[in-house]
Amino acid sequence: MTDKPFIARGFHGRRASAEAGRLPPGQYETRDFPVLSAGPTPRTSLTSWDFVIRDTAGRSVRWSWDELQALPHDMPTVDIHCVTKWSKFDTRWEGVSVDTLLDLARSDGLSEGSFVRAFCDGGYTTNLSVADVTSGQAWIAFAYNGAPLLPEHGGPARLLVPHLYFWKSAKWVRGVELLERDEPGFWEQLGYHNRGDPWREQRYEGDP
Amino acid sequence: MIRGANSDTRVIPDLVTSTQPRLEWRVATVVDAKQETARAYTLVLDVPQWPGHRSGQHVDVRLVAEDGYQAQRSYSIASAPEEGTVALTVERLEDGEVSPYLCDVLGVGDGVEVRGPIGGYFVWESNHAGQLLLVGGGSGIVPLMAMLRHHARADPAVRASAPVRMIYSARTRDDVIYREELERLAQGPDVDVTFTLTREAPAGWQGYRRRIDKEMLGAVGWPPSEMPRGFVCGPTPFVESVASLLVELGHDPARVRTERFGPTG
Repeated sequence: MTDKPFIARGFHGRRASAEAGRLPPGQYETRDFPVLSAGPTPRTSLTSWDFVIRDTAGRSVRWSWDELQALPHDMPTVDIHCVTKWSKFDTRWEGVSVDTLLDLARSDGLSEGSFVRAFCDGGYTTNLSVADVTSGQAWIAFAYNGAPLLPEHGGPARLLVPHLYFWKSAKWVRGVELLERDEPGFWEQLGYHNRGDPWREQRYEGDP
Repeated sequence: MIRGANSDTRVIPDLVTSTQPRLEWRVATVVDAKQETARAYTLVLDVPQWPGHRSGQHVDVRLVAEDGYQAQRSYSIASAPEEGTVALTVERLEDGEVSPYLCDVLGVGDGVEVRGPIGGYFVWESNHAGQLLLVGGGSGIVPLMAMLRHHARADPAVRASAPVRMIYSARTRDDVIYREELERLAQGPDVDVTFTLTREAPAGWQGYRRRIDKEMLGAVGWPPSEMPRGFVCGPTPFVESVASLLVELGHDPARVRTERFGPTG
């Protein structure tokens, strides 16, 4: 075990062309858009697609695809950071802010909850604090670079939480549960960090 | 980052929940190095206090320059857990930052920082009975090789309870990593290996000469009725294609686990 990094003799590195301070520790910039997922890409037709928020008391609110599209859209341009080390700058998305959806759920009488767990086609889940998905930090995104989001990138819709490692930005998202207690999701139960802040390099369980 | 199943299935099989201490960076020593193909190179590492790994897992490698600049990449482990050492097979990318250092500069006796093992889903253990379907493209063979090596080290009865069919797609015969070892392992009773070459094949080549398609998966993979555990690893288009074909053939998406690499420099 080492606290002090071991110097790789003769290693100089490529020195990212990225502006200083834009890459979190241990990341490198890519111009591609790599795809990572643990199973086959699910395909859901938009006519049967819906997005649901539910609370622990069993109350829920549901939007069809058209109803979601009718809500105000944001067009965030953000940097994204994958735990597998790539970062991609200035990615352009379109989606509905999670603030908007949670406000509507609250006005429908759903309990607040301090945590959310996103659930998805294909069975994937990921957990986040409400604080991490509100205040303009998270979206249900359905377009990337001006075009509908491709299935391999999570289409028709994915969660977008760019300030955390990208496994939190759940692909093929279909809803969130509002929870009083934090409940680890798929990768969070398999050795990955519970929160995943790239700037603190919270990659794996046990990282500070 | 998804696994299969319908949208109501939120129960994860084979789940290991643990409270792990931090994965520390450890300075490993290169104890062996081997050129596998023109582009693939294997480094065998002795990692102090290595906690052990399961086949299919990976490690992070960190290179730190004199001035503190660092680069990290992830590499799949090629060795079986029983081997004790950690073998990484690295594909050398011409314009890469880390892979040329690992392939060209590091030699036996040198140190390199690693931490791991990482990943708990794309994993097979010999106590997982049932047919095993391993489909690899290019350097995506590496974690599947760890599974095959783990299988080869199991008791004969265990091996027989988990017969393996592997399909390995490479561009040319010279790009087939671990070719001799695969041919040897395929002589065993419970292992079947099918090669397919997508770019060019030598004279007299008896194997397939095309990209993996539905017909091939149907002919040399396990039928869906056998409920095999499927592991698919390779570049993204390869994995997207093979995983979709398996689902179209009737395999349960929840039993098809994937790992997609973009090449990492």
